Amino acid sequence: MRALYISLISEFYKSRKTLAFWAAILLPVIICGLISFGFYQDAEKIIANHYPPMILWAKYSGTALGVMGFLIMPFYILFMAFSVNNIEHKNDTWKMLFTQPLNKFSIYASKYLYAVFLIFTCLFLFASLTYSFGHLLQVLVPKFNFNQYNPSNILINSYAKLFLASLGILSLQFILSLLWSDFLKPMGIGFVGTIMGIITANVGWKYAYLNPYSLPALALKITRVKKGSDPLDFAIFTDEIWTSLIYALVLFIIGYFIVTKKSIK
Amino acid sequence: MSNYAIETVGLNFSFDNQTIVKDLSLQVPKGSIYGFLGPNGAGKTTTIKILLNLLKSPSDQVFIFGKEINSNRIAILKRIGALVEQPAIYGHLTGRENLINRCILLGIKKSRADEMLSLVGLAEASNKKASKYSLGMKQRLGIAQALISDPELLLLDEPTNGLDPNGIIEIRNLMIDLATTHKKTILVSSHLLAEIERTATHVGIINKGQLLFQGTINELHLLSKPMLQIEVDDIENASTLLTRYGHEIAAKTDKVITVPFSSSQKSGELNTLLIQNGFTVSSLYQQRKDLENLFLDITKTN
Repeated sequence: MRALYISLISEFYKSRKTLAFWAAILLPVIICGLISFGFYQDAEKIIANHYPPMILWAKYSGTALGVMGFLIMPFYILFMAFSVNNIEHKNDTWKMLFTQPLNKFSIYASKYLYAVFLIFTCLFLFASLTYSFGHLLQVLVPKFNFNQYNPSNILINSYAKLFLASLGILSLQFILSLLWSDFLKPMGIGFVGTIMGIITANVGWKYAYLNPYSLPALALKITRVKKGSDPLDFAIFTDEIWTSLIYALVLFIIGYFIVTKKSIK
Repeated sequence: MSNYAIETVGLNFSFDNQTIVKDLSLQVPKGSIYGFLGPNGAGKTTTIKILLNLLKSPSDQVFIFGKEINSNRIAILKRIGALVEQPAIYGHLTGRENLINRCILLGIKKSRADEMLSLVGLAEASNKKASKYSLGMKQRLGIAQALISDPELLLLDEPTNGLDPNGIIEIRNLMIDLATTHKKTILVSSHLLAEIERTATHVGIINKGQLLFQGTINELHLLSKPMLQIEVDDIENASTLLTRYGHEIAAKTDKVITVPFSSSQKSGELNTLLIQNGFTVSSLYQQRKDLENLFLDITKTN
């Protein structure tokens, strides 16, 4: 456990000055900021629609969720999986890591967990910034009715689903980035996978959930459909979430065996 | 308890069906500076990577401090510091941060980072990004990283690569100090014999994956046969005369005849012979073949 802990601390220490780390913070700040700014600018038009508070929250948070789930999230995961491994490929430091008196599992797991942590941080910030910027809008434009509905549950549920649905892609991309030191191979495969994922999720193909890249889109799609009725009445652990978790676990274990067999040339 | 810090027993290693290391039996005594010599591509770096378990060796062929490496990986790595090929440095971090990161991984005090920076002469550049370092500075940082855990055994793969003459002398003195004062064992690889000759107590010469010589530096010197160099006028006739009297001519230039040295008395007799036959001998001296040539000879015949 100590080896895992110090490896994690080291991951943080060496990445804290990189774009990969700051992207986890800047991405939600910029996207939520832009959406809130748009709502602020168009306040009169939006207020004129007389949305009930729940629908107003749904419209407001759905903008960020939609952009994230379909487009940015998969690419963000590709980038995270790439950058956590690329820091070692680029600097030729795998040999240094594997000559430290640490077990190989800790080195591998700490990298994986750090990528998970960055994705969690990013999504957590999305949820909390959506919540707080909504209330900030209420203060700036008192005619909004954000204060009449508490969106915490729907936000937590949606982002929790998005997070869990992303882990399958993360594990797959993590292995690709671990094996290949170049940018194009894992990114190319990820890109094609994501496009396929978006298409299969949208056409509603029966087996779309078997493609890990379509899972974030699928997870949010079901959320949306259910929103029409009772927004809180959707299960987190749906088929696509289980699929994602199974992919994540199996690929994580395969990745570990690759690491133990890996010769550092 | 084994007296060897490193011992390999008939070590074999191949990559993609190509044999890189063949039946290698290294014996590095504790407290020695072991010069691991060989031309480029001889298998030095591969051997060092095997000693660090970066490359998996067959079981029961590699022993560090008497322990088998595959089954004692972590315990062994705790006692080793290494510099393999180019130093492993994070370019976006400063020199100091690189060392602090190493302190975190090793669970040691961060103050060691500053001690190491002063030791390798990088204190002033400690807050500069490592990617901006010169080749020599990177090499120093790599050595600092190898030393930071105060290991008993140091594996240094061509540590003076890219250093200027002053830097080379500093590293050489540092190695001697570490071995004599701090009782460390150092395995240092190089393709330059002259560099090893000044620091090493023991030498192993490897070529095409095979160990061609292993022993103390004095044993290596003994291998080189002494020669007698004779400077004489009329080289052609002088050598004809010597051959007629049964002397073997090892080499001949337009000024010097070289014959194998056997004893001082024989040298005197040769001198008398030449003078009595009317030659003018201007100089006659014994010379050992220098180690550089010896090294070339050893690796060439393989």
